[in-house]
Amino acid sequence: MASRPPVKFFQVGSFAAGNRLLSEDDRTVQSGRDRSNALTKGHRACQGCGEALGARYVLDAAMRATQGRLVAANATGCLEVFSTPYPESSWRLPWLHSLFGNAPAVAAGMAAALRAKGRTDVRVIGQGGDGGTLDIGFACLSGMFERGDDVLYVCYDNEAYMNTGVQRSGATPPAARTATTKPVGEEPGSAFGQGKNAPLIAMAHEIPYVATATVADLHDLEAKVERAMSLHGARYLHVLVPCPLGWGARAADTIRLARLAQETGLFPVFEAEDGEVVAVSKIRRPVPVEEYLRLQRRFAHLFGDAPRTDVIERLQAIADRNIRRFGLVEEVAA
Amino acid sequence: MRDQLEGSQGIARTVARCRPEVISAYPISPQTHIVEALSDMVRTGELAPCEFMLVESEFAAMSAAIGASAMGARAYTATASQGLLYMAEALFNASGLGLPIVMTLANRAIGAPINIWNDHSDAMSQRDSGWIQLYAESNQAAIDLHVQAFALAEELSLPVMVCVDGFVLTHAVEPLDVPEQTEVDAFLPPFEPRQVLDPDDPVTIGAMVGPEAFTEVRYLAHAKQMQALDLVPEIASRFTQAFGRSSGGLLRRYRTEGAETVFVALGSVLGTIEDVVDGLRESGERVGALGITCFRPFPLEEVREALAGARRVVVVERAFAVGIGGIVGQNVRLALEGLPPVVHDVVAGLGGRAVTRRSLESLLADVRAGRLEPGRLHFLDLDTGLVERELQRLQERRRSGPHAENILRDLGAVAARPY
Repeated sequence: MASRPPVKFFQVGSFAAGNRLLSEDDRTVQSGRDRSNALTKGHRACQGCGEALGARYVLDAAMRATQGRLVAANATGCLEVFSTPYPESSWRLPWLHSLFGNAPAVAAGMAAALRAKGRTDVRVIGQGGDGGTLDIGFACLSGMFERGDDVLYVCYDNEAYMNTGVQRSGATPPAARTATTKPVGEEPGSAFGQGKNAPLIAMAHEIPYVATATVADLHDLEAKVERAMSLHGARYLHVLVPCPLGWGARAADTIRLARLAQETGLFPVFEAEDGEVVAVSKIRRPVPVEEYLRLQRRFAHLFGDAPRTDVIERLQAIADRNIRRFGLVEEVAA
Repeated sequence: MRDQLEGSQGIARTVARCRPEVISAYPISPQTHIVEALSDMVRTGELAPCEFMLVESEFAAMSAAIGASAMGARAYTATASQGLLYMAEALFNASGLGLPIVMTLANRAIGAPINIWNDHSDAMSQRDSGWIQLYAESNQAAIDLHVQAFALAEELSLPVMVCVDGFVLTHAVEPLDVPEQTEVDAFLPPFEPRQVLDPDDPVTIGAMVGPEAFTEVRYLAHAKQMQALDLVPEIASRFTQAFGRSSGGLLRRYRTEGAETVFVALGSVLGTIEDVVDGLRESGERVGALGITCFRPFPLEEVREALAGARRVVVVERAFAVGIGGIVGQNVRLALEGLPPVVHDVVAGLGGRAVTRRSLESLLADVRAGRLEPGRLHFLDLDTGLVERELQRLQERRRSGPHAENILRDLGAVAARPY
């Protein structure tokens, strides 16, 4: 279980402003002047891109954990495209992009090479979006898990194929509008009862470490990366990264949306070791899903002249089920 | 040391002596014996240091080899048929990135209809993937080509595919000379990568390239492959010096001096063709054979020179391009542009059908008698009756059913076939 500073920031509802209140040792990697800027300035991500933020947070934390001895394999997708417009590169670590669906296998090959060479100083990270991870790269990911390759694989989940123009993926939530699940016809948006829960499937492989996180809670995210890098074998980190373009949200709302996704219960934030959940991020006061949905044009069709309260109720039921299933709501002492 | 060995065992032992550091493989017939033997050698420590990755698909096998190679490790895999197609995307990626991976391809047909036997449909489907393609005529050639392949790949920083006929070679047991470890070590220096993922000198490999430079990067892929036209013979001659036997090179001429008719082929069918040539030469006929060892890059000038004096060229190929005809034939025709030889494209030995001396001799008789229209694809030993009946069914009924099943029903028991 990741170690976290025993400090809560109920007033601001965020850890972002909290660094000043912490001792030097408890501050985030990101707030430090010696962070590695593994994904540095000059890239072409959209304003408010959750993935750019997530990748930077994850990689800087991993660089800290490995004393800068880190190599990365990257799937095709926004993260790859916006970071390497030829001949420029925003990567300040050794970085390899091969294909869309093979990043876990490429990373596994890198880890095997290090093992064969007896190099224990260098660690491997694999990364991709939800399409590259959950859909086209899923067989490679599962193979990497079951073999126990010494790789931390990070999925930056923005819940659709954003790089190709916002089409539905296996991580797209029900009712969400995408370019291939438009709000037309009897069942507007993405269908209910579809999609897959990658963290739970990862856990079913009984790998040493599986965690979810969002870009809203930097302390939590960094602690999970640090924990993951303290372990060996196949590890999986699933980070929710809101996409202003694909979600139809204000760029300024990226962190807010990530926090709301967690606080509604729609995106459970937890940690699992060897297939068992060992910690969950509690929700103090669950937020109704409507508050989260209203900020995003991908759900605008639910709030038209004839609001689809039935659909909103079904989405609320998903959040409620997550809350029950993972014990997300903080017990208040009587 | 000369041993009675199965081809796959010979290949596996040779690959092991090339000291691959990462082997990733997914089982597919007829490649299995090669990777099983390598797995044994890694497990017993005979091949060390080496990581043997049991991956979940050929796509992952090639992808893991890409990661390992970019990390500076000597990487190897083997596959066949559908497996090669399943890794097709990664094949282009490996060559595009310029990663010197060596792969054995145990040549096998591609479905549908599913068929596990030997032809060259798999290799030919990836002839433009940017991989260097070497074809083994025999198991000894297969062994020798693997040693040369690692040297070639690493010198050019390009991947090399060694094509070995499935079953015909991979499963044939014969006396084979597997190079000693010390000999291979002297011939093949440790892998010194041109690009490597190194925290002390971080580079970005696999960046996005737009119209401003894509052509130039692709030009380099071509220019580097063309360098192999010089390097392949050079490595072959170094090999001869080191191992005392001739092997590899771009082409192999067999009794082509003064030949009016020259067979052109790739792979193990050359053995049969050479027997035919010997027989006909004994009866005074001026026949020869040209084996193409290096099909990619294609040695246009050398082929032109080798065939310039012939009257006719019969290309016997184990695959074809549906909708146009011969593949090797097209390349040979390009090499012979403006020269007199007439080129005949003959498809033979598809899906494991044996290419016999008798068939080849009667083919040659047909060619000489002008019964084969040049420029038109000819299928050796085609059962025209079977084909005609199925074409007839297509005319007669809308729902004529699946071809393969219809033809097999017409054919009945196959044991009594003459070939």
